Amino acid sequence: MKTFNIGGAHPNDNKISKDAAIEDFPIVKKAYIPMAQHIGAPAKPIVAVGDYVKVGQKIAEAGGFISANIHSSVSGKVLAIKPVADLAGRPVNTIIVNVEGDEWLDSIDRSPEINSNITLSGKEIIDKVKECGVVGMGGASFPTNVKLSPPPGNKAEFLLINCAECEPYLTSDYRLMLEQPEQIFVGAAVIMKALNVDVCKIGVEENKPDAIAKLQSFESKYTGIKVVPLKKKYPQGGEKQLIQAMTGRYVGSGKLPISVGAVVQNCATAIAVYEAVQKNKPLFEGVITVTGDCLPVQKNLKLRVGTPMNEIMDYIGGVPEEAVKLISGGPMMGKAIANLNAPTVKASSAILALTADQTLRKEESNCIRCGKCIDACPMGLEPYLLIRYTKRNNLEELENNDVFDCIECGCCLYTCPANIPLLDYIRVGKADVMGVIRGRAAAKRAAAQNKPENNKKEK
Amino acid sequence: MSDIIIWTVASLTVLGLLLAVILYYVAQKFKVEENPKIGEVDSVLPQANCGGCGFAGCHAFAESCVKQGSLEGHFCTVGGNAVMKLVAEKMGVEAVEQAPQVAVVRCQGSPDKRKKTNDYGGASSCKVKASLYTGDTGCKYGCLGEGDCVDACNFDAIHMNPQTGLPEVTEENCTACGACVKACPLDIIELRNKGPKGRRVYVACKNEDKGGVARKACSIACIGCGLCEKACKFGAITIVNNLAYVDFNKCKLCRQCVVVCPTGAMTAVNFPTPLPKKKETKKAPKASEITKPVVPPINDAAKTEAAKPIAVKSNIATDNSAKVQAKKELKTEKKVEE
Repeated sequence: MKTFNIGGAHPNDNKISKDAAIEDFPIVKKAYIPMAQHIGAPAKPIVAVGDYVKVGQKIAEAGGFISANIHSSVSGKVLAIKPVADLAGRPVNTIIVNVEGDEWLDSIDRSPEINSNITLSGKEIIDKVKECGVVGMGGASFPTNVKLSPPPGNKAEFLLINCAECEPYLTSDYRLMLEQPEQIFVGAAVIMKALNVDVCKIGVEENKPDAIAKLQSFESKYTGIKVVPLKKKYPQGGEKQLIQAMTGRYVGSGKLPISVGAVVQNCATAIAVYEAVQKNKPLFEGVITVTGDCLPVQKNLKLRVGTPMNEIMDYIGGVPEEAVKLISGGPMMGKAIANLNAPTVKASSAILALTADQTLRKEESNCIRCGKCIDACPMGLEPYLLIRYTKRNNLEELENNDVFDCIECGCCLYTCPANIPLLDYIRVGKADVMGVIRGRAAAKRAAAQNKPENNKKEK
Repeated sequence: MSDIIIWTVASLTVLGLLLAVILYYVAQKFKVEENPKIGEVDSVLPQANCGGCGFAGCHAFAESCVKQGSLEGHFCTVGGNAVMKLVAEKMGVEAVEQAPQVAVVRCQGSPDKRKKTNDYGGASSCKVKASLYTGDTGCKYGCLGEGDCVDACNFDAIHMNPQTGLPEVTEENCTACGACVKACPLDIIELRNKGPKGRRVYVACKNEDKGGVARKACSIACIGCGLCEKACKFGAITIVNNLAYVDFNKCKLCRQCVVVCPTGAMTAVNFPTPLPKKKETKKAPKASEITKPVVPPINDAAKTEAAKPIAVKSNIATDNSAKVQAKKELKTEKKVEE
């Protein structure tokens, strides 16, 4: 069975919520729809306070090339547009809608039948995906339409659908594979048409045999799409890792997957593309897993974007006392929730409750130079070195040592026997180097702008 | 036997002499010419190499001073005016006096005043903590309490107080090098003039939230109410983004702002006795005595009003100074034109 061959870790997968069928979450009374749900510039609101919005109506426009439209997930009156704290406590401009009923836009096809007849052309598909505000649902929330339009000079050769779901505890993708397998296939076919490729592989980790069997039963119906079982290893769902595991091609340092002809889309993204293109339904809801060993029930909930997380916790019976830490996302890459009033966003994948035993970090001791972090790093970096440079603020060496290749998977921190918070520091180092690179780019742009002016003066 | 000793001594002596000659020749041939003044200036510097002056170290500071030929833009915060006087003597120029400064922590959010909303379990570094989220209290501007400033200090001048969880500056040790200011990711530490006898007034808060939000997060936060701005007769206090700031160059240390501050964010240090609230009314008649010819005080209302003429006077004074400044600017402009 295939897998990637550099680094990786083997955390216990703990998929305790895998038998919980996807449940519709009741619509909340007030929806908080943040304007920054994606990587890139925040969206700009196009509705005013007091406006009546319907489900699926566009309420904010993309604020730049790398940005995405945002649609209302509920119907009702806009109460306010103001900064609301996100899960880290940072203010994000948010449209607050007071929910009245559940009135959908007429253009959205709500019938349960699967529409596998693709009528739109490649360019129309990309425009539709852009209009519907589809972003990558794997976690990074990169606008999908940008990913579907390869930069000039690059040609996509194949499409990979990421159904690895390598993060422990998460089961939302698994449930989608079981409950909406055909939508994934049609979504993949739509993306293939947009990219003009005829090879598509769906990568699923071996710990989900029933999902593999279910998906394989559709292989004959959709030509060109193949299901590839993968060995279980974290972080298989990383873009570059998945490409290496499934095709054997390495994406070079600082390069995009398209440089080896690959485009990777998450399985939830494929469904979002299917719904956008075939059903005319913008991206405003998603499936999230609510799980944790200390929770009385495990759930996979389909909920609207902008649902406050505390209401989700109330729905499953409140946060139990032994849960000392709530994480948005999985235990390896998720972010701790500092503010439970924060709303869910398009790419929210899970709420994970951990007990004190599970989350307590052991005391940090000195690096014993065992090199385990180097073995574990799936990008071939040297985490111990990177944190040393970060602590010394040596940004030049950080850049030389490819700190930017770090995918923040947390394997180094997971394996470190000295309990050094490697990833915490590397993230800071990455941000610092990013600042330097941005400064350099801005200086270059300024220089380029100044040049023609100088020439004019000389003339 | 004695032969061997003689030969050894003789050969080593010859070798030593030969090497000495070579070394002397090389030293003369490849001598680095340096202005002897640089060495002289360097010798009076404190050799802390802290970088507080903005140069890589004491030698770099000396080199820059000598190269420039004046002391403009050069000040050794560690040595202060005493060392700068010596430097000026060596350079043969006049010393530029600067008021001694000290690092000031602009947060008073101890756990009893600023309730914790969550627990932090990550790396013990403010920089890391700030990159992850807005901190473990409701105030996103306040001290994160992981002690990056303590690690940055070369002079043992800043320490965490375990009771309050906040850094405290030991004034005697602080050289105002600014290392802690750079280390703090939230810009809480500020370099301020030490003031006469170390007395100074400042707003020990950085919270820019609206009053209600700020107060909910921390009972000692600046709520931007503007009372201090009104109370200050010298125009030293400005409120920007719901946060008061005391300009230490304009502050005359009267502490009226401390009296009126409803939350206690306004802080006065090193004053002999705490200022009782009554003084406000006591001060008013004093002011009225001065302005008796203008407004004769009849009742209490007049007393409180009596403060106004002074305010007007000070306004006039500032107006005058503004005019003088404008004139100066005009002059300089003319010079530039010439």
